[in-house]
Amino acid sequence: MKKVKVIKIDVDKCNGCRACEAICSAFHAEPKYSSTNPERSRIRVLFDPLKDIYVPVLAGEYTEAECNGRDTYTINGKQYDECSFCRASCPSRDLFKDPDSGLPLKCDMCEEEPPLPEPLCVQWCLSDALTYEEREEEEEEEEKPREMEIGLEALIKKHGAKTVMDTVARLAKG
Amino acid sequence: MRYAETGVNLEIDLSRGSIEKEGSDSRLTELHLGGLGTNAKILWDRVPPEVDPFSPDNLLIFSAGLLAGTPAPGANRTIVSTFSPQTLLMAYSIMGGFWAPELKFAGYDKVIIRGRSPKLVYLWINGDKIEIRDASHLKGKGALDTAELIKQELKEPKAQVAAIGLAGENKVYFASIEQGRSSASRGGIGAVMGDKGLKAIAVRGKKDVNIAQPAEFMELCNGVLEYIKHRKENPIKGVPPILAGLGSPQEMSIHDEQWHTASFAWGNARHRRKDFWNKEIEKKWKKTQDKAVERLISCYNCSMECGGIITHPKLERYMMKCYSKLTYTMAAMSDLDFGFKIAGLAQEYGVDGYTTPQVMAFALELYEAGILTDKDLPGFPSDNEERFFWLLEKIVRREGIGDVLANGVYWAAREIGKGAEAYDHNTIKKHEQIPIKLGVLNPIYYLMWSTGEKINITQIEGQIPQAPFLTKEEREEFVEDWVQVPKEEFKDFVLNWEPRTLPHYPTIEASCELVEWQETMHYIDDATGICAGLSSFPIKPPYHIHNLPSFISFATGLDIDEAKLWQIASRNRNLIRAINIRRGMRRVDEKPPEDHWRKRYPEMETKLLDEYYKFKGWNNEGIPTKETLDELGLDYVGQDLEQRGVYKEKAKVAKSVSKKETSQPSPGTKSAPKGETSQPKPRTKKDSKK
Repeated sequence: MKKVKVIKIDVDKCNGCRACEAICSAFHAEPKYSSTNPERSRIRVLFDPLKDIYVPVLAGEYTEAECNGRDTYTINGKQYDECSFCRASCPSRDLFKDPDSGLPLKCDMCEEEPPLPEPLCVQWCLSDALTYEEREEEEEEEEKPREMEIGLEALIKKHGAKTVMDTVARLAKG
Repeated sequence: MRYAETGVNLEIDLSRGSIEKEGSDSRLTELHLGGLGTNAKILWDRVPPEVDPFSPDNLLIFSAGLLAGTPAPGANRTIVSTFSPQTLLMAYSIMGGFWAPELKFAGYDKVIIRGRSPKLVYLWINGDKIEIRDASHLKGKGALDTAELIKQELKEPKAQVAAIGLAGENKVYFASIEQGRSSASRGGIGAVMGDKGLKAIAVRGKKDVNIAQPAEFMELCNGVLEYIKHRKENPIKGVPPILAGLGSPQEMSIHDEQWHTASFAWGNARHRRKDFWNKEIEKKWKKTQDKAVERLISCYNCSMECGGIITHPKLERYMMKCYSKLTYTMAAMSDLDFGFKIAGLAQEYGVDGYTTPQVMAFALELYEAGILTDKDLPGFPSDNEERFFWLLEKIVRREGIGDVLANGVYWAAREIGKGAEAYDHNTIKKHEQIPIKLGVLNPIYYLMWSTGEKINITQIEGQIPQAPFLTKEEREEFVEDWVQVPKEEFKDFVLNWEPRTLPHYPTIEASCELVEWQETMHYIDDATGICAGLSSFPIKPPYHIHNLPSFISFATGLDIDEAKLWQIASRNRNLIRAINIRRGMRRVDEKPPEDHWRKRYPEMETKLLDEYYKFKGWNNEGIPTKETLDELGLDYVGQDLEQRGVYKEKAKVAKSVSKKETSQPSPGTKSAPKGETSQPKPRTKKDSKK
């Protein structure tokens, strides 16, 4: 069994105050809490109050290319862009990129040492739009790539599979 | 590096079209903190008293509070300062929302606007890039509509926009500046923005706001959050539900309006309806409200949810602030549904939710009394609610009678004449007040209504219960965790307060101290930009005189203790008073409406004001003495007042005083006009349209 940490988002409870953005950016400042800047936050509330749309989104993976998702969802009569729910730091938008360096930002669940009992955005969300849950999940066998695989993957990406294999073969003969 | 503040102000001259970035003097932060304090300093230095509010030489200052944009919960206020076309004094209004933090993130503390643009423009502050852009296509657009259109054309949905509506463009004296769910609406600052030809300011920022002592500061912030949770679970006992929690009165979530509907006056601040609230009304209004309020919403970094997203079949979605829920309803002697209907429209036009309903109810009274006739109101509908919509349209367009009413009750009454002055019974310093008419004089409130210079009572009151607790046990329980009091002795005010002891309770001395405490806390908030709803306004707030010095010190790196903070608030308070003194405000202007209380005590009132002035270090005309100003490091202010001869002048008296101070003017009867004050005559139609 492994522990899975989940932030549950209830868009109906969000009041759009962006306390989550403020505190996330402060927590990840260097030194800790020394500055605030929602643009550096790894959570953003995408909102359009006149359409009554409030969607807190946590920063996920970086992606090199934008997808072709331009669909819209209508939920209870409110129209959401597909991007509203997407966590990616993506070329199609300026979300989840450090404003100075342009480097992608990603939520780390405030697990930096020492890890917090629950992520700060959850702690600062008094309206309970964000709640925290830890779940036990069956661990799937050998799903995780081992260290060497990650290294080899990087080498293959850099030099090409053939060169890497030739090199490994030559070294094995050694 | 500057902490909490950015240290940069934007100087915009709309006549020349110039944009400059000016570093601010950090010594001024030590003396005035920021927000209202430093705004006042700039207005004192740069706007001489002769300057007309509608002059290119008048300044319009948008300032973020000192702590806005830091993680301090509720520190999000924008303080807008200028000179009011209505009171002709310093105008001060403040809004929550998201604008001030965004300005900080863009790298600025203030936007200082001077001059007048020959054509309608808007300002686009995009971090380091600032543009004055054409707004001719936005002419006549609603305030919220304008914000949406600007965000679309800039392709910047995250921009925060403060805009005026039609009322501001037409220089209605009670025009507001609207910003999504918030507005700066007192004193006609929207009219000054309109006069400057400025439709909106859009801002977007991606920079850091720094904290000097992060770990210590965060501990305090976490304490505030814990306290908010505690209060939510433990509302204050023995007070009406609307006063038992934090934030602005929670009118968007609370249905029980017994307190507002019974305590405040309906119509033109005229009728008390103590029996209005009953089960049937409660049921009906609850249904209306549940249908209208789609979601509770907050300002930046605050969990209080004082605002609401309103849907109504006849309107586009809009955002409501707590107070405008009842002001239109009660002025029109109408129903809550009407309130929701008209407030949305009024907000698009950009008018003050307190003053506007009163002006309209005043017009209706004049019509009913035959002072205004069908000739003055051609096409005036017969339906009560339709009449209010009709008046609103006339006012925001300055059409016909609307052009007169657009100057507010005080000026309109004098322009209309024919006894209309008697119906101006709820203004102080020429500005409409909250419609409250009570029985017996309350010495604390007497002083606050009289001497308040921020025009709205809610901007100087707070912290103390509004009525005595009946039993000793209740009182003792109340004071037990009353940590917010500056001194232990203040608890005696609650402990010894017996029912029916007004107007002789508390003593004059205690009244002076309690008033000073209440207004001092507001002056601190107005400088820090912390919302009064978490600080100076509610009973037992999370921010108070004992923790605010640490908040400010840890954020800014300044070394400020309680005494120093109290002195800064006093410095700001005295500077603002001096600004108004220099513009002619005197003791004669400092009195609540005659019918504010049914029973009046002229001798006691005189003594109260005498003693309060002394307590504050002001002379008998309410002018800060040279010594007081010197002690506060405002010696240059004292010198200026001395050179102008204000210390030598004879006391100004009301030109005509009504017969008996205790009599209540009744509508329709001939009563003497209210005391004229020292200010210039109302503008003519031509002037105000210019």
